[in-house]
Amino acid sequence: METKSATCGRKGEGVRSDCFVKIEKISGNSIELDISSKVERLYGDKIREDVLQILNFYNLEGIKLTLQDFGALPFVLFARIECAIKRLFPEIKRDFLPPLNKGVKTKCIRERFRRSRLYLPGNEPKFMINAGIHKPDGIILDLEDSVSPDEKDAARILVRNALRSINFYESEKMVRINQLPMGLGDLEEIVPQPVELILIPKCETEEDVINVDKKISELEEKSGRKEKILLMPIIESAKGIMNAYKIAGASKRNVALTIGLEDYTADIGAERTEEGRESFYARSVIVNAAKSFHLQAIDTVYSDVSNMEGLKKATLEAKSLGFEGKGCIHPRQIKVIHEAFKPTEKEVEKAMKIAKAIEEAKKRGSGVISLGSKMVDPPVVKRAERILKLAKEMGLIQEGKND
Amino acid sequence: MIKNVLGRELPDEINGRKTIPFMGVGKYRPEGKKAAPPIPTCADYPPDGNKVVSSLREAFEKCGLRDGMTISAHHHFRNGDKVINKIFDVAHEMGVKDLTFIPSALFPCHEPLIDHLKNGTIHHIEGSLNGPLGRFCSEGKMRGMGVLRSHGGRYQAIQDGEVHIDIAVIAAPCADPFGNANGVFGKSACGLLGFALADSQYADRVIVVTDNLVDFPCAPFQIHGNLVDYVVVMDEIGDPTKIVSGTTQITKSPDRLYIAELIARFIRDSGIMRDGFSFQAGAGGTSLAFAVFLKEMMKEAGVKARFIRGGSNKYLVEMLEEGLTDYILDGQTFDLAGVESIRNHPNKHITTSPFTSYNYHSKGNFASMVDAVVLGATEVDINFNANVVTHSDGVLLHGIGGWQNCLFSKCTILAVPSFRDRIPVIVDEVTTLCGPGELIDVIVTERGIAINPRREDLIESVKNSDLPIRKIEEIKEEVEDICGGKPQKPNWGDKFVAAIKWVDGTVIDAVKNVIF
Repeated sequence: METKSATCGRKGEGVRSDCFVKIEKISGNSIELDISSKVERLYGDKIREDVLQILNFYNLEGIKLTLQDFGALPFVLFARIECAIKRLFPEIKRDFLPPLNKGVKTKCIRERFRRSRLYLPGNEPKFMINAGIHKPDGIILDLEDSVSPDEKDAARILVRNALRSINFYESEKMVRINQLPMGLGDLEEIVPQPVELILIPKCETEEDVINVDKKISELEEKSGRKEKILLMPIIESAKGIMNAYKIAGASKRNVALTIGLEDYTADIGAERTEEGRESFYARSVIVNAAKSFHLQAIDTVYSDVSNMEGLKKATLEAKSLGFEGKGCIHPRQIKVIHEAFKPTEKEVEKAMKIAKAIEEAKKRGSGVISLGSKMVDPPVVKRAERILKLAKEMGLIQEGKND
Repeated sequence: MIKNVLGRELPDEINGRKTIPFMGVGKYRPEGKKAAPPIPTCADYPPDGNKVVSSLREAFEKCGLRDGMTISAHHHFRNGDKVINKIFDVAHEMGVKDLTFIPSALFPCHEPLIDHLKNGTIHHIEGSLNGPLGRFCSEGKMRGMGVLRSHGGRYQAIQDGEVHIDIAVIAAPCADPFGNANGVFGKSACGLLGFALADSQYADRVIVVTDNLVDFPCAPFQIHGNLVDYVVVMDEIGDPTKIVSGTTQITKSPDRLYIAELIARFIRDSGIMRDGFSFQAGAGGTSLAFAVFLKEMMKEAGVKARFIRGGSNKYLVEMLEEGLTDYILDGQTFDLAGVESIRNHPNKHITTSPFTSYNYHSKGNFASMVDAVVLGATEVDINFNANVVTHSDGVLLHGIGGWQNCLFSKCTILAVPSFRDRIPVIVDEVTTLCGPGELIDVIVTERGIAINPRREDLIESVKNSDLPIRKIEEIKEEVEDICGGKPQKPNWGDKFVAAIKWVDGTVIDAVKNVIF
């Protein structure tokens, strides 16, 4: 039987910043609109204008569109309507792209802090809109685990529009695609947009990374994209851990390696504990594999949003193992994570001494850096430089005052 | 139609009185003597001091309740009040018509008053018009014009005779047969009764209603029995679970917590937070959270406040108990911890009223002595004017409360999200103007802090901080970009339905009916 109608979005108690769209085929070639909105008296005219614009774009007639709006921003409204249209008319492939927010900039920077990365469910607009004001180092629009299987198409369109419309300010704009092969489809929608880094979930082999890399290269070329997208593979299985070194070295796009402990502990058949002995090996492997290729090692997500003490402890522990970042799911966790990664006074002091030694070595025209009678090795120099950079960024020392 | 100095259109008359337009802050100077109640004589009252009558109806009959009178009541029971609806049920039973009602505020539990507006018992309400009552008025269905006054403005209007109360009904959690009353004891304990003070002093007739009659003397007493005509005992004057609840939950919203944290940082970094300073934190979730952030900063800096203006709530009580403030000045009480602390630390809580804190016809008042106050608003415009009584759609939504009076603080901070869902809060021009920009100093949103350009001193004080200081126009433009352009104007009708009074009794704005 022919499909007569399709819906997208959500309605009901507690729905905010979203809307519900139903599109039905009707006889004749007219367009019927049935629109109700919580912001009717402020944006009613604009909403009708936007609805007609998108229906016009798809050249639709002989349809009835019912919209129940709960304060959805324009990019959400467009995403929900586009998705409903594509569900009703699967042959329609064209994308309706909302205008690019002039504040949105795309800059793929290899060397940057990735202390905190905030996961946002890809089909929930209300958490996305203000995420940037909390200043996480990275924002992840998630297409994978936080999106139910029958909403994957809706989330893809919503995330695409969010990337074009929301200003996440200084945060690195990341998207977690689905596991391959579905993830390759996600890339088609996402790569041409202002995304900076892609997370590859459940990465098990170097082929996973290579496949994503290839697909991205292809799409970058096709879309004329200049900024080369970065990658962060997520390892979530025993096999992935055993292949971590190869995964880390599989692409020039890789900038960091991370681990998903929920799936990993299940995979090895261990219970996940607060203490974390069961994952110590895997986490160390991640750190070592990452550092082998000068990548950042990023720890798993801390998911108990009410336990700030626990988060602090877990982050300090991660730092002690060599991790440089931690995942989070609530904006209030960001500050705690950044605090924990803050260099200690002792670290800063030592780093400043090394910086001074470097200066002196330069003045002497010597390649040998020494502190007192001890020679300072290159990795120590690198670590000191990193600490000073972080200390500057976090306001512990002021520019030009480190001598 | 006339226009005031801010360019707002006003009706020539409001409920039969000639409109005095707002002239600017501190510009209007009333003349003459204050109003006064008729001279009573104690020969008319029982020498044994027992003024108890059997029912509210009997009290009304003895007070001579008749058509067209003005009745008043207070809002200390907030959404748990059971007296106000009863007043008009009884008046309706008695067949009385066309009453004017002057409450100090109303809550959603007072929705049944709509029936009495419809059946003619009440002619109109001069007081906060919320929820369904606000909508009723905005639809143009109330016979008279709503008049919205601040808590201080209500005192002023009673004192200068603009409002004359024929009968005041004062619900009291604890009272004696003479009429002495307090708010701290009994099952309906609400803390204080300050909002009924003017009513007790200036009304022709005063009725105290209690569910907790004690032998004389009711100690301590905030309402003087010497001003009271009759005492009525009822089974239940309020719902204790709703009297002091609802507004004391700290917000969980990360955006609002961020705003609260920015406010605390602003108060610290601007140097307002110093030994001996004072501040006021309101009842909203963001204001409460601000106090919690500030508390930590005060501890860290070893700074102690001289006083905090409440409503008391558990967070302020903690600060008092931890020695972070010498006093709490209470106008009302927001939770049970606050009520209990008033009982436990009677010397650390200073009972205030609209007279001491807010009144315009006093020789000064406390509100202007506070170093910083944190308030909310439904809208703020690029001239720093703010709205608290209507939504952007023009429908009456809130009363003014003490909001206008608090604007006189040395540093007035409005804590607002820059938009709610898709409703811009930072706008070109407020829908209804309740507070003039010249008194509003700092707007703290999740998208940055805007400081009023008039306050060069404040701008200077934080210029070396890492606070996100921005121009208000910039924030407004960003909000418009996010929401999809400028919002449409409300669909106004052509009938004035409510007047917004300024603290001095002049009219700062008027609200027209909205066509739904």
